[in-house]
Amino acid sequence: MKKSTLIFLIVFIVLGVLHQDVWNWDNANLVFGFMPVGLAYHAAYSLVAATFWAVVLRLAWPHKLEEWADGGD
Amino acid sequence: METLWVILIYLGGLLAFAMGSKIFFRGTSADYFVASRSIGPFMLLMSVFGTTMTAFALVGSTGKSFELGVGTYGLMASSSGLIHAACFFVIGIRLWAIGKRHGYVTQIQFFRERFQSSGFGYLLFPILVMLVVPYLLIGVIGASKTIMGVTAAKVTPKGTIPGLFPEAFEATNGGIPPAITGAVICLVVLCYIFAGGSRAAAWANTFQTLVFMAMGVLAFVLISNKLGGLGGAIEQVKESHLVRTPSEGAGVPPITFLTYMFIPLSVGMFPHLFQHWLTAKSAKSFKLTVVAHPICIMIVWVPCVLIGLWATGKLPEGTPPAAVLAKMVGMLVKDPVIVGLVISGVLAAIMSSLDSQFLCLGTMFTNDVVLHNSKKKYADKTILLIARSFVVFIVVLTYILSLILINQNVFDLAVWSFSGFAALTPLVIAALYWKRANRMGAFACVIATTVTWFTFFAMSGWGGEYTVLGGVMPVAICWLAGAVGMVIGSLATPAPDEATVEKFFPKL
Repeated sequence: MKKSTLIFLIVFIVLGVLHQDVWNWDNANLVFGFMPVGLAYHAAYSLVAATFWAVVLRLAWPHKLEEWADGGD
Repeated sequence: METLWVILIYLGGLLAFAMGSKIFFRGTSADYFVASRSIGPFMLLMSVFGTTMTAFALVGSTGKSFELGVGTYGLMASSSGLIHAACFFVIGIRLWAIGKRHGYVTQIQFFRERFQSSGFGYLLFPILVMLVVPYLLIGVIGASKTIMGVTAAKVTPKGTIPGLFPEAFEATNGGIPPAITGAVICLVVLCYIFAGGSRAAAWANTFQTLVFMAMGVLAFVLISNKLGGLGGAIEQVKESHLVRTPSEGAGVPPITFLTYMFIPLSVGMFPHLFQHWLTAKSAKSFKLTVVAHPICIMIVWVPCVLIGLWATGKLPEGTPPAAVLAKMVGMLVKDPVIVGLVISGVLAAIMSSLDSQFLCLGTMFTNDVVLHNSKKKYADKTILLIARSFVVFIVVLTYILSLILINQNVFDLAVWSFSGFAALTPLVIAALYWKRANRMGAFACVIATTVTWFTFFAMSGWGGEYTVLGGVMPVAICWLAGAVGMVIGSLATPAPDEATVEKFFPKL
């Protein structure tokens, strides 16, 4: 396995663990006075997920697979 | 009456837009099935996002939040943002490449050749159809109930608001009956799918996705204004719904929250999504979809979850979850034009999934059953005719089933459909990344998954909410059974031949 693939796999697993946010389970506080912490955290999580995938695409794009699909060897 | 006009204008606009794609239709079966692999990044994002967001996106998310509280977003949306994108990147791009290289238009064609088994296709075909049909019903039943809820008479503290058609539809309190809504929706979708196939679906989905995203935000702004702004609205929420700890029927047990993460894997095995992936012009078309998908989910789900939370302070406890959005809009936003716009948004979310599902079933039947192993050489026009005929058959069947099962809780049925697809993902992951995976592993995987899924489905009372071992989602066990079946079945029997490995595992 390539080093970059391994790093992305580890980050992916860490994101999976962070999704469980056990520390927010009982927290009824509001962020910006209208959004419950449990919702604000996961909304921010969505943005982090998008950022993570943007980095993956930039650094681990399968260029050769695309060439192969188009008929190259 | 204005509400109905807005809905009719929306449906007319959709039909006109989707039929516009006919200008580019090349009249070939390849164009009908996969739009000649010509769809660019934005349309791919809109069609993939629109297809994955069903009635669940607007109606279901609001209802679930009303029921379970703030945990709904983490349970269903943020996990999907991470895992859907993973499926697009890890499974979608590779399947697109293999599909393009070898000319596949259905999942089953790929699996048959990857596992060198024609029989495997005959095993998988009815299972995929069986899982897609409830998904179709979710759309038609969800739309019918929403329209009926909005147009029927409502009892409010200030008196009764009469239904839209008190004399014509007395039995439904003046609301439009499901038989009419279902027929109109099925007919509109059928028209453009019949005419333009995959390209029409992509065009229609782009239009519908923009509509339902905009209407979700519109409903959010208007409802929050009526409740005294964002700060005022949140003050009315029941405390039990602001946290995830289970109490008073709300909340989510931690083990359920954890194992629910298997559900979004379903996108890796949806046959209609596979077909959308194959429409991509190039692998680069996927880039926008992978990155923007979690953000699009956030744009749709955060407002809906908040509306569901606010509803806990406005609606009585026993309100059916599927009716929450319609009731909040009907009660708080009385302007009939706005109500019509929001309902159009709900219809858009529903129909953007329906069209792809109808089309994919037609494509599968034509390619995997009729054309597969056929000794007769069919002309391209005949292939198109077969596909279109089967689409008509499936639309009619769905319509009839939706009327028979109108009283089913469609959202509970949805989770079972998603669970089935998610539990089958070990099959596609092994097919793409494990050279040792072979025919016996594939059979063992699908049989183990199907048997465990059916067992839990029966134990749930055929579609109710159900967990095992103190809160574990059945999908986790079905997935594990499939993965174990794949590994044991493959290792216990000879490896696939070298030609197969070379064909599907390019040296990159």
